Parts: sequence; structure tokens; C-alpha cells
Amino acid sequence: MAVITHTPSGNVEVKKPRSNSTLLRVSRYVTRRLLVLGVTVVVGVYLTIMIANMGGHVDTIMRNEIADRITQSIAANPAMQQMAPEVRRTLIQERIAAEEKRLGLDTPLAIRSFRYLSNALTLRLGRAINMTSDAGSKQVRLILLERLPATLLLMGVSQLFLFFSSVFLALNLSRHYGNFWDKAVVALSPTSAVPPWFYGIFMILIFAGIFKILPFGGMVDSPPPSNPVDYALNVLKHMLLPAFSLVLSSFFLSIYNYRTFFLIYSSEDYVEMAKAKGLPPGDVERNYILRPTLPTIITNFAFLLIGLWTGATITETVFLWPGLGRTLYHAIGLYDIPVIVGSTIINAYLLAMTVFLLDFIYALVDPRVKVGGN
Amino acid sequence: MNAMKNSLKRLFVYPSAVMGIVVALTLVVVAVYAMVTIPYDEAIRLWRGGEEVWYQNPKFAPPAWINLFTSKKYSESFSVRTTDGSILKEVTPGEEGTSTMSASYTFDFFYDVYPQEMILYFTAKFSEKQPFISMEWLTPDGRKIRIANLAIAPKQTYRLSQDEKLKTRLKSEDVIPALFSDPETGELLKGQYQLLITGAMFEPGSDIDVEFVFHGQVYGIAGTDQSRRDLIVPLLWGAPVALAFGLIASLGTSVLTMVIAAVGTWYGGWVDELIQRITEVNLVLPFLSILIMIGTFFSRSIWVILGATILLSIFTGSIKAYRAVFMQVKESMYIEAARAYGASSNRIVFVYLIPRMIPLLIPGLVSAVPTFVFLEASLAVLGLGDPVLPTWGKIIEDANSNGALYRGYYYWILEPAVLLMITGLGFAMLGFALDRIFNPKLRDA
Repeated sequence: MAVITHTPSGNVEVKKPRSNSTLLRVSRYVTRRLLVLGVTVVVGVYLTIMIANMGGHVDTIMRNEIADRITQSIAANPAMQQMAPEVRRTLIQERIAAEEKRLGLDTPLAIRSFRYLSNALTLRLGRAINMTSDAGSKQVRLILLERLPATLLLMGVSQLFLFFSSVFLALNLSRHYGNFWDKAVVALSPTSAVPPWFYGIFMILIFAGIFKILPFGGMVDSPPPSNPVDYALNVLKHMLLPAFSLVLSSFFLSIYNYRTFFLIYSSEDYVEMAKAKGLPPGDVERNYILRPTLPTIITNFAFLLIGLWTGATITETVFLWPGLGRTLYHAIGLYDIPVIVGSTIINAYLLAMTVFLLDFIYALVDPRVKVGGN
Repeated sequence: MNAMKNSLKRLFVYPSAVMGIVVALTLVVVAVYAMVTIPYDEAIRLWRGGEEVWYQNPKFAPPAWINLFTSKKYSESFSVRTTDGSILKEVTPGEEGTSTMSASYTFDFFYDVYPQEMILYFTAKFSEKQPFISMEWLTPDGRKIRIANLAIAPKQTYRLSQDEKLKTRLKSEDVIPALFSDPETGELLKGQYQLLITGAMFEPGSDIDVEFVFHGQVYGIAGTDQSRRDLIVPLLWGAPVALAFGLIASLGTSVLTMVIAAVGTWYGGWVDELIQRITEVNLVLPFLSILIMIGTFFSRSIWVILGATILLSIFTGSIKAYRAVFMQVKESMYIEAARAYGASSNRIVFVYLIPRMIPLLIPGLVSAVPTFVFLEASLAVLGLGDPVLPTWGKIIEDANSNGALYRGYYYWILEPAVLLMITGLGFAMLGFALDRIFNPKLRDA
């Protein structure tokens, strides 16, 4: 999660004197930026729609499935076995046509894909093809909303903990460069090559399999405790292993990255200068080291927040956690294009919004940066 | 070139780099060994083979070496047959073309846990009259137990645990424990057991061969899975597959990224603009979902997934990082000199720009290997692994879907997991060390 990007977006550049009025410059920049991001979202979502259809390949699969299902259901219905074969054949044809119409398969993909696109862009997420929410709804919005809390809880807790603990520890380490803990973190940073679900398997093996003190998976016992306090404790117990796996998998690399990053900034000449002036170490840290690193830290934090939305597909699958990542995986297995597209469009919008807002935040926190400056 | 040599020399200063190199080289050796000893076709046949290939192995058997760590010793598996002389067979001719066959097998049983099963496979040659077989069991305390008498078909399988008559005779539902126990105390009896088989044949030219398969509780050096497959095959073959997938994906991604970044920076204008826009679009595309979709809808072949992975990984943040460096290099004096003597754009991009990036490329390339190795395993765990090839990820998926964690078959998960972990950590450590050598800015930090 902690991707350190040293350079802010290429469209933000260092201030140079210019005669244009600020308003004009900013509005021109905003228009251009919104246009570019808008086109990016449209193209990205359209590509996803086409991939989710595999260029029509999925339509063939679905048509065959419908034909099979309907032929079989009619053949199995005793009331219809008396019918003349002719009548039955036309009945089957009619039913297949009706079902294809219901799923929108009667319109060619080229047209349908644009309908998906315009619906997606206006956030009319529509109805799922095969999936239903646990409450029984076929609305994509409700399916996603039902799973959102689980993902937000797991990802939110683990990622926020990861972010704050690693920034805090990294700052500490950068002050004591070269001590035992610093060396330990450097030595342990390759452990982040291993993905969280992989640590998850070990965690399950140790804490659920051998010691039997924590559950194998799921989010709450069945039946769930009725008392809200017990319920919360029960969820916490189930969350411990997946959250710990998610944190562990990025922990050391994240600290290492921030630490290196702080060290690079603390070897700047102006920091040496400030130290030479005799400023207290706390002031040097706040005003000369942390301040210039703020844009990067904010960028990382913003992308972390977006990451909450996508969930962790495989970790959720391994821990049977009922989150969005697993829902998306199920949706793919059920050829449920509206759910796939719904999840993608929300992610795309969140990304575009964040990228757009970040430019302004850079200008706010770094006086050298000017929005749309050229 | 000298700089490269020096860098390599400096590599050996880092213990983590040395460990990484050892891991990488070991993997290569294992991969070559796997491909030489079990050729591709044979590996596929074994991996895809069912009962007919693996009938000699027990199911869910941990590796034999766990006996070194447990207080209770688990019985090992074996199989012996008359055809290769591991069971001695004597045929004595009788009157009127009849003959009798006798075979016996003696073995030591000094374990603490009953075996899973014992099976006899008979093959008989005859034209009309079926040969007749009788089997007896000799225990260490000198008891002689009649197991069964039966007429055998050309191919006959006899499972001791399934014989209802034997169950009544032993007064026990579980035949195997009853055969290995003291009937008084009901406790397991250690010592030398003997299986006696005598056959009567009623035609000239008639013959019987028998194979005795003993399914113990442990097997070989890797154990077995739900379909009795010896896990050593996928564990060995996982190495070349993981290496090939990791290295090809990582090499393809980094080299293509670099070339595209170089071309974009050099030509600038719309080419550069296009690359930037593609990178932004790619940011919107859900990477894992697309791979899952390709796996579900289109093809689970490892090569299709590999191609898609490379395509989706080219236009990412790293293209921007390369671009930033190329922008600086583009302005340097030697490029200007090249331009002045009239070098073509192609020449400048491929001979002057790209080689300058090798120090940046190599650490990134090595560090990216674990990502792709684990990506393959991740897809396998989601059930989207290659349907044909044996891989480490497939073992984990099989184990997971058979509830290995709940049922305590830890070896099944741990073996591939540890191999994956060693591979991932090895390359990651090497990558870190290379990064510190090639990018000295980080070395002091």
C-alpha cells in the first residue's frame, strides 16, 4: 500500500512568474484536467465492460446456459409433457427469447456495451443478472452496500493502523539511523514480498489449527450473539487474523520506505543549516523534514483510502470474510457484468476524484507548487 | 563493464544478497533436476493421473520424515509384486494340467499407528476355469488368520478392509486394526507379520500374479494428496513453473516498460502524451479482476495469464519513474554529442538511452519476481490455476479446498508454502541488495 512517489503529478509544476490572473489560470487548468480525467474514466470503464464480455464470448456462454436451463425445466415439467412436440418447441423458443430479452441479450453487444457505459457513468448501477444480496435484493447498489461495511471494517482498521504506525515508527527510526531496530527493519523489509493471504494461511494454521484459540474464518459466529457488546467482541475475534495478516504483509517495507524517504529529506542542506543555527530538534523535524514530505504522505494516504473500496479479494476469500473483494470474485464467477462494472465505476470515480483533488492539496501544503502553473 | 564487475563484487558484502543468490541458484538446480528426471509429458501424466497411476499410494499421507519428530511412529507405505521378484512365487505342477502357486511376504511392523489399508491386485491368465486363491495372515504372536478364499477374474482387486465376511470372522468393523492387534487386549501388536497366498490353477498355461499394496500412514519425502498423488512431482515441477512465470513476467514487464518509456521520452509530443494517457487508463482498470475474468471466461492457461499480466503491468507507475530519469538523461552531454555526429533516433534510444537505465532496471526486475510468483499462486488459490501444469499454488488450492487446515494435514499446505516463501524472500533480498548497490543514494540511508 505504501507506494512512495517522489514526484507529484506532472501537471503541477514549480511556480514561475506569470501575468495571467489566478482565477483564469486555475479554471483553465480545472477544465483541462476534468476533461482528461473524464475521458480516462470513460475509456477505462468501457474497456472493463468489453473485457467483462470478452468481446461477446460471455454472451455465447450465457445463451447456451439459458437454452439449457429452459429446455430442461420444460422437459422436467410433467404438465408440459402432454403437449405436442411442435407446441413445446415454440414454447421453449418463446421462453428463451423472453429470458434473453430480460438479460438484454437481444440487443447486439456494440449497442449494449454503450448502454452499460452510460448507465455506469450516471451511477445507475441497475440490477444484477444472477446475484442477490443476502437480504434478497437484485439491486447492484444494495448488493455492494451490503458488503461495504465488512470490507471497510477490515481494510479500514488494518490499513489505517498500518499507515499511522509505519509513519510514526519510520520517523523514530530515521532519528536513530543505524541502531539495532533500524537494521532489523531493513533486514525484515523483504518479508513484504509475501502477499497477505499467504501470511493468512500460516496464521490460520497456527492460531486456528494448532492452538484453536481463534476462528478459521468468517465474520461472526453462527448464530451471532444477540447482545451488541458480545457481537462486537465476536467480530473482533474473527477480524484479528485477517487484519494482522494484512498489516504484517506490508509492515516492514512500509516502515523501510518511509524511513529511507525521511532520511533523504533530512540530509538536505537546509536541514543541516537549521541544525547549525541551533534550532531545537523537534522544530527541525516538523518544519524542515516533515513539511516537504507532506505531499507524498498525503498522496499515499489518499490512495490508501481508495484501496479500502476494492477490498482484498484473496485475503477475504481465504478468511471467508464477506467483503466486497469476495463479492466481486463471485460476480465474475456468475458472469454478473452489472456487479463487475458497478464496482469498477465506483473505483474509477474515486480514483479520478482523488487524483484531481490531490493537485489542489499539493498547492495548499507546498507553497512552491501552484495549481496549473506553467 | 568494469562498473558492473565492481557492483557484483560489492554484492557479496551483503549477507542477504548471498542468501538470495543461493536461493536463486538452488531453484535453478531444482528446476533443471525436475525437468531432467521427470520430463514434461511424464510430469503431466503423473499430475493428471488418477487411481490407475497412483493406486499404490495412501491418501492424505504426510511425508515419512515426520516420524523423526513424532513420539508415535506412523507406518510407511510400500508395495511388492511377484512380477519383479519382490514377492517370491513358487509354482508346482500337479496332475492333469493343474498347478498350485504359493507366495508369501514377510514384513516388520514396528509402528504405533495402524496402516490405512491393504490391497491385493491379482492378474490371472486362464481360458475357462477361474483359478482359486486363499489368503492367510500370520501374526507375531503366532496366530494364523484365514483372510479369504475366492475365485479370481483376469483382473481382480481385493481390499481387506471392505471384506464383510472377514469383518464377521474378526468380530470387528475395522479389519485393519483387528489384523494388527492382540485380540485379548485390543492393543497394537508390533513384530513380524506374514501374508501367505496360495492359488490353485486348473488349466495348463494358467498363471497368477499378485501385487500387495500396503497403504501406511506416511509416504515418501513429500506425502500424498486427496487423489493419492505423490506431492514430490508438483513440488519439483513447481520450481521451473514458478521460475519461468516469475522471470518471464518480470523481465517482459520491466524491459517493455523501459523501452516504451525511452521511446516516449525521446520522441515526445503525441507519443509521450499517448503513453501517459494509457497509463492513466490502466490505473482505472481493475488488475486482479481482469485476470480473474480472463481466467474464468477465456482461458486458464498459464501462458495466457502471463501475457495478460505483462500487458497490464507495463503501463503503471514505473513507466513514470523511468520517464523522469530519461528526461534527465536526454539532456546530458553525450546524447547531444551523439546527435551532433548524426546518430539516428533508433540508435540513440537503444544504444545510448536504454543502457544507461540498466542499473535501475536490474534491481527492479529482481524485486518484481516474487510479486509474479505469488500472483500465479494467488490465482491458483482462487481456483484459476493452470488446469494442466503442476504448480505450488495448485497444491495449496487442492489442500485448501480439501480442508487441510481444518483436518490437520499441515504438511500439505506447509510444503508448497515454504517453497514459495523461500523463493519470494530469496529474490526479494537479492533485489534489495542490488537496489542499494546500483542506487547509491539509498546505500547510506
